[in-house]
Amino acid sequence: MSNAAVTAATSSRATAAGKSALARLGEAFVSRLVILIPYLWLVFFFLIPFVIVFKISLSQTAIAIPPYTPVLGFGDGLAGFFAQLNELSIDNYTWLTQDALYVNAYVTSVIVAAISTVLTLLVGYPIAYGMARAPAMLRPTLLMLVILPFWTSFLIRVYAWIGILKPEGLLNQLLLATGIISQPLVILNTYTAIFIGIVYSYLPFMVLPLYSALEKMDYSLIEAAKDLGCPPTSAFWKITFPLSLPGVIAGCLLVFIPAVGEFVIPDLLGGSQTLMIGKTLWNEFFANRDWPVSSAVAVILLLLLIVPIMLFQRAQARAQEQDK
Amino acid sequence: MKSLGSIRRDFAPWNDPNAKPYIQFDKVTKKFGDFTAVNNLSLTIFEREFFALLGASGCGKSTLLRMLAGFEDPTAGRILLDGQDLRGIPPYRRPVNMMFQSYALFPHMTVENNIAFGLKQDGMPKPEIAARVGEMLKLVKLEQFAKRKPHQLSGGQRQRVALARSVAKRPKVLLLDEPLGALDKKLREETQFELMDLQQSLGLTFVVVTHDQEEAMTMADRIAIIDKGEVMQVATPAEVYEAPGSRFVAGFVGNVNMFEGKIAHGEAGAASIDAGNGITIRTENAGDAATGAAVAFAIRPEKIRISSTRPAGAVNAIEGEVYDIAYLGDMTVYHVRLDDGHVVRASTMNAARITEDPLSWNDRAWVSFRPDAGVVLTR
Repeated sequence: MSNAAVTAATSSRATAAGKSALARLGEAFVSRLVILIPYLWLVFFFLIPFVIVFKISLSQTAIAIPPYTPVLGFGDGLAGFFAQLNELSIDNYTWLTQDALYVNAYVTSVIVAAISTVLTLLVGYPIAYGMARAPAMLRPTLLMLVILPFWTSFLIRVYAWIGILKPEGLLNQLLLATGIISQPLVILNTYTAIFIGIVYSYLPFMVLPLYSALEKMDYSLIEAAKDLGCPPTSAFWKITFPLSLPGVIAGCLLVFIPAVGEFVIPDLLGGSQTLMIGKTLWNEFFANRDWPVSSAVAVILLLLLIVPIMLFQRAQARAQEQDK
Repeated sequence: MKSLGSIRRDFAPWNDPNAKPYIQFDKVTKKFGDFTAVNNLSLTIFEREFFALLGASGCGKSTLLRMLAGFEDPTAGRILLDGQDLRGIPPYRRPVNMMFQSYALFPHMTVENNIAFGLKQDGMPKPEIAARVGEMLKLVKLEQFAKRKPHQLSGGQRQRVALARSVAKRPKVLLLDEPLGALDKKLREETQFELMDLQQSLGLTFVVVTHDQEEAMTMADRIAIIDKGEVMQVATPAEVYEAPGSRFVAGFVGNVNMFEGKIAHGEAGAASIDAGNGITIRTENAGDAATGAAVAFAIRPEKIRISSTRPAGAVNAIEGEVYDIAYLGDMTVYHVRLDDGHVVRASTMNAARITEDPLSWNDRAWVSFRPDAGVVLTR
């Protein structure tokens, strides 16, 4: 390189450095802003509403608008605000522990969600496995078929199950006509109906993560296992299943977490004989107009779900690390 | 003692009419839909042999290996191992193990557990498994990596784990599918010799699939050259190179100069070939080609001498012009355009550091070769 060229290169680098000092400040601001957006979103649409709900859960019912007291405000100055704060109490939480109804509703919800999750896994795994092993040309179509039900309203799809499950419904008609049963089965308004509803509604949430875990698995691993003396069933449990575990965990939590608080399915298919926390909450809020107690129910539900949500986050992080 | 190529072979059961074949492909055909991957192919492999299936991708060589492992069933024909028909025996009951091209190491298991996997399947007692795994780790020099997971290893280390895993069960036959394909050139060359030593010390029968002729030449006792699902030739590396059976084999393995022509007159193996444009080639290797037969005369570049003057007493010498030179360090490759337009490739070992009378581009030059240097191909 000639001397002139060196000087030119150095000076251009110098101006580039001068520019970049300013540009870097701008870039830093932009990148902070980009990170800020999701945090702002969480603050406005999760944290603030949660604080409001939490505050209501510490209040008492009142025949007023809004239907609870105290309503925090600075109408009486700072002293008044603190006086109102003093009125808040954990009475509603104590109440929840004292009434067996709530404890039962929580426990039943967790059990129903757990059983539904296992059933969804049992139904979803073979579907996802079949999809992942299908010819590559067919896979996008199969994936589409899994997502297709989302194009119809969730409510309508759950409603349709009433028509299928009721005593004179399609299922009973079919079973009676084929002579498999002589008396119509009572399915609607039982926990069985809730299980069917949850498995049906949440199946895509199970199938999709399972499919993505199974699809990226190298089939030669199964061949290698067989080659080393492992029969197909054993190869499934030793190779395929452990390698699909991130998908199993993700799918199970994606079904379990919303299923615990599910309201529509137990309300439409479960009838009055079944007890789930989502329905209890609805009743407290709309039937009893007891905002403080229903808020307390919601807060406890959230605390209950924090553990599985954290498990989910950890599983996701670990799966991402493995991909690297 | 005279021998084809530069090696004298003591292990040659294929020349022994009483030797018992170990693996036999008997008129095997494999079709995938309309596509015939393997076409009525017969092949015999002997015990303790290092056998290579060499061919371009898609020639059916991997299908042969997969049929032997049990992942595919032949559409027609039989495959025998030690006299036993393998038809209907699933892969997990065959006494063969395979080393996969992708290595197929179980990502959720440590190196140790990968190697122990096959032994556990056999229900071997735990202390014996531990001993065998230790022995295997030592064999592939990975003792200190026993607790690592595959993704924590380099490509070469993974290859050695895959190898250890596939020989841990002491299979009757080890199948290797492009075993060195994913390694870089230097590592590949080292590993070739390691594989040969391993095969010697374990006394196993190796069947290796490769598209790399150098790899096949280096390692194998015999090579089967496969094209479009058919065997073109089965022979030792030296035979394949020095006595190819057809134009395809001569062209596929190594570099070759080919002169198409007609046998002008010949007797008892010696002949003159009229290659057109006034070029006549005298050869001692015409075999039983009849006078007038259309043949190809094939000669390897290193068997052609290149010089600036016509060598005295040369039987075959053709004049031309140097139009390309490639200096490769250990040798130099010349492309000489003969006066009829035919381009001849000649290579010279650079045995000395200093060349007396170097050739340059556009120099007039003579290419010459001995009458026994080339072969006559009728197919």
